[in-house]
Amino acid sequence: MRGIISAAAYLPYWRLERSAIGAFHGGRGTGTRTVASYDEDTTTLAVEAGRLTLKAAPDAVPETLWFATSNPTYAEKTNATIIHAALRLPASTAVFDAGSAVRSGIGALRAALRSGESSVLVTAADIRTGPANSPDESAGGDAGTAVLVGDESAGPVIAEYLGGASVTREFLDRWRAPGEARTKAWEERFGETQYLELGMKAWIDALAATGIGPAPGLDGTDSPDAVDHVLIAGPHARANNGLAKKLARSASVDHTATIGNAGAAEAALQLATYLETAEPGKIVALISLADGADVLIFRVTDAITDHRPVRPVAHQLDAGNSGLPYNKFLAWRGTLVPNPPNRPEPARSSGSAAGRSIDWKYGFVGSKDRASGAVHLPPARVSFAGGHVDDMDPVPMADAKGTVQTFTIDRLAYSPSPPVIFAVVDFDSPDGSEAAGGRLPIEICDTTPDAIAVGDRVEMTFRRLNQADGISNYFWKGRPVR
Amino acid sequence: MSSHGIKDRVAIIGMGCTPFREHWDKGTDDLMIDAAKETFASAGLDKDQIDAFWFGTAQSAMSGVPMASALKIEGKPVSRVENFCATGSEALRQACYAVASGAYDTAMALGVEKVKDSGFQGLNAFPIPNDGTNRTLTAAAMFSLVLPAYAEKYGVDKDELRRTVARIASKNHHNGARNPRAMYRREMDVDAICKMGAVAGQLSVMDCAGVADGSAAAIVCRAEDAHRYTDKPLYVKALSFVAGNGSGLIDSTYDYTTFRECEAAAKDAYQQAGITDPISQLAMAEVHDCFTPTELVLMEDLGFSERGEAWKDVNAGVFDLGGQLPVNCDGGLKSFGHPVGASGLRMIFEAWLQLRHEAPEERQIKTADRGLALTHNLGGYPGEMVSFVGIYGSQLG
Repeated sequence: MRGIISAAAYLPYWRLERSAIGAFHGGRGTGTRTVASYDEDTTTLAVEAGRLTLKAAPDAVPETLWFATSNPTYAEKTNATIIHAALRLPASTAVFDAGSAVRSGIGALRAALRSGESSVLVTAADIRTGPANSPDESAGGDAGTAVLVGDESAGPVIAEYLGGASVTREFLDRWRAPGEARTKAWEERFGETQYLELGMKAWIDALAATGIGPAPGLDGTDSPDAVDHVLIAGPHARANNGLAKKLARSASVDHTATIGNAGAAEAALQLATYLETAEPGKIVALISLADGADVLIFRVTDAITDHRPVRPVAHQLDAGNSGLPYNKFLAWRGTLVPNPPNRPEPARSSGSAAGRSIDWKYGFVGSKDRASGAVHLPPARVSFAGGHVDDMDPVPMADAKGTVQTFTIDRLAYSPSPPVIFAVVDFDSPDGSEAAGGRLPIEICDTTPDAIAVGDRVEMTFRRLNQADGISNYFWKGRPVR
Repeated sequence: MSSHGIKDRVAIIGMGCTPFREHWDKGTDDLMIDAAKETFASAGLDKDQIDAFWFGTAQSAMSGVPMASALKIEGKPVSRVENFCATGSEALRQACYAVASGAYDTAMALGVEKVKDSGFQGLNAFPIPNDGTNRTLTAAAMFSLVLPAYAEKYGVDKDELRRTVARIASKNHHNGARNPRAMYRREMDVDAICKMGAVAGQLSVMDCAGVADGSAAAIVCRAEDAHRYTDKPLYVKALSFVAGNGSGLIDSTYDYTTFRECEAAAKDAYQQAGITDPISQLAMAEVHDCFTPTELVLMEDLGFSERGEAWKDVNAGVFDLGGQLPVNCDGGLKSFGHPVGASGLRMIFEAWLQLRHEAPEERQIKTADRGLALTHNLGGYPGEMVSFVGIYGSQLG
């Protein structure tokens, strides 16, 4: 049996009320969209999702890691190697970007399902926006996803892949030149008619390929082998709705009112959401309409009952903060460029220094003195407690929680979004024992200056600290445990 | 192994100090020349009578060449030294040891910093290539961590402590207003300081040292030769220096209410100088008031106040110009600004004036006849700093 072993979505903390867009430009808007913070990019969103997915499948060692996005941080350089480092995957794992079209998200998932590797981690993430007051700004949503695909040798399969079909045709619906913020679109009706035709063809082909009926009862039998639920993802909302109507089905997951459309991550976002509450035995069809149509059909297995999502989408939706001011959203996306503080901008980080510091910088791995037990962050060769030399073990700290001992708000320091909130954090022992887990003064994100207090609990999150000379500088920050 | 010190083996025989200003019309060379000229005149020596030079600058120059070039020093050793914000003190320390070793008869320590050419406000460290994981917090924010920790540990009301450190700023500006070399010569009252908006933690701009250009210098010789040059030498009683290993940043037992490096440097200096009760034996102290909480904690680390008591002593006026132990009687970093390479020597310059009874009357301390002055100069942040403590006396023995 091959299929999905684990799946998770990561939603950034911040939400923009669409009414805030309307209040500024004149107009109305309802619901919210998710907003990646200024220190998040598609790579960090994928890392956070990957952490959640692998935590629920701790024994898997993916042979391949895919990263799909329509909004990559780097061209030329592979972004997935950063995800690989942050997830501390072995050197033997091959990593590839799939981009930078929306369809690359479903494409990477399809490739993984059709591969013969014991497990493949498929990450997808997107940050969606457009010019101020554009439809994409309002309808878009930011999210990261990670789906661990494999056979039973890598872990219990929670959704068996039954097969699917793809249909491709060149036509112009949406396009964007690399580096531009605005996605342009052809007349809406043209794309809609194309997608409806392609979607129906892929649907029929997929049913034929799998021998599954279109819906319980509809094939004239009571065969359980019929599609119980459909998920429809794609950047063309009218086409998605039109196809649902044509299939006489309503999509089982709809995040329009809360998250928005997550672009290349939308299909996996819907699938991960669906699986969090799925019942064993149900058959679900994941349909993607993006420059063609792709249909993937799964049967939820009994293993779903033992599958525990680490941080369900519903929980993340509840834990978000919809108080993000519209001007901050515009500044974070670069639509509005506020006057920066009169401080030197950060120097570019050193590629070779970072290369010596992979485990620390990307993996947040410290070291622990064997003699004293003192945790060193960053890892050290000489212990501050006793001076022992080269007598330490690596200690992964990314999943350790900590407590704010003291904190400050720095309104002078350079930041892409001042002020800097900074705390001295004492970590719990990573092995759960009573021993101290070490201390690090770190930046705290996903909070506001008035919301932090001594004693607050924090966990670590992978972020982009700054950019200089085109180099994105990644490291870890603390965020409140929610 | 122990720190023996060089008590009474070396004497300061001449000093100079430029006004600390936004010297838009002076470059690093001009500042060095101005300070050196005054210093040579003070000792009655010219540059050819100095055997070796120590040149302290954090970021305004590299190597000994810029000083040799500015002063046209011929065929002599010039060593550039840097040790964070304690660079000026480090220059003096090296010059003193060189003379004490017998290698040279006379040596000069000169510190300079041209901060105002960076085009940015504040002090900005030269970036050394790194992996990008270092903190990028300002010094103000790092030192602002002290106040909540101190208030919590000693049960001091947060607002009362805020007023206490504002009183430190007010005191130093009171003193600086009486010093023509100081950059800021306006008195500031406590209420006005407390009303200002916070820039880092509870700290306002008025809790931070100013930013200025400046230079200061000293000439030292063997103690037994001192009276050839001046009737009123200052004898070096102690020079101590501790470079922290940064463990405070990662050690959960560190609580941000003390600077271990400063405490250790003070202990060493008192032992070298034979001081047992600093608050009664010292005539004055110049301390590194880069931020007001720094001075508060230093009163305890330097042994002037009991642990947890400095805030009371500050409020009681113990460290005022007319107090039991005047601290920062020249106005401190608060009034002078902080040209990094020069500040340590600027502090010693005040000791030079006060112990020789040469400070202007409105600033001359009444305790000068105790005959001993302390300067304290630090660089870095709580948990990761260097600390210098020097003690100088007007008499041998």
